[in-house]
Amino acid sequence: MANTQSMATSFLGELMTATHNFGASPIRAASTADTFKAALYLASATVNAATTVYSTTGEVTGTNYTAGGVTITNATAPTSTNSSATAGVGYWTPSASFVYTTVTLSTAFDCVLVYNSTQSNKAVSVHTFGSQTITAGTFTLTMPSNTTTTALLRLATT
Amino acid sequence: MDDSLLEKREGTVDNENELTTWVEYWLGEELVHRSAHVTLKKMPNFAGGDTASF
Repeated sequence: MANTQSMATSFLGELMTATHNFGASPIRAASTADTFKAALYLASATVNAATTVYSTTGEVTGTNYTAGGVTITNATAPTSTNSSATAGVGYWTPSASFVYTTVTLSTAFDCVLVYNSTQSNKAVSVHTFGSQTITAGTFTLTMPSNTTTTALLRLATT
Repeated sequence: MDDSLLEKREGTVDNENELTTWVEYWLGEELVHRSAHVTLKKMPNFAGGDTASF
């Protein structure tokens, strides 16, 4: 046997459950999962890796769309898997599609922001797609498969 | 509304990032319904972490 320098793969999954805290905050009062939400943004907006928190600036508006978006269904806990002695992946995918029902969104949008409404609306991730408009219809955003290579959120070591 | 007056239009976009299908119903020159279904296929890694060497 030999020792191999690596970040523990389990750590990657545990980052997603706030098991480790290298800083002074936040103090977590509950052991249950936080509530995450998904908000849609106009194609003209600027939402990217520098986005730190949910904002109404650039968010879509329209009939039956509530500012802040929809609550994400989160029935599957994060998972971590070793891909080799030195590499691993922690990953998570919402367990249901994001559905915006009977909305009219007349201005083109191409982006969804996933954010943590329990933790002061802090941003989690930004996902883009082809520009859309919706007229008295339903917009459905179906998640990728929850695997090491396709999950919506993946933290990987190399 | 007489549904027979509606014209249905459909489309698909399929690339490495998404599979999108959409359907529209037109009443003459007026778009009266448009729905879209986007399936995200694959997201990029959000980090490439490693440990320090000594």
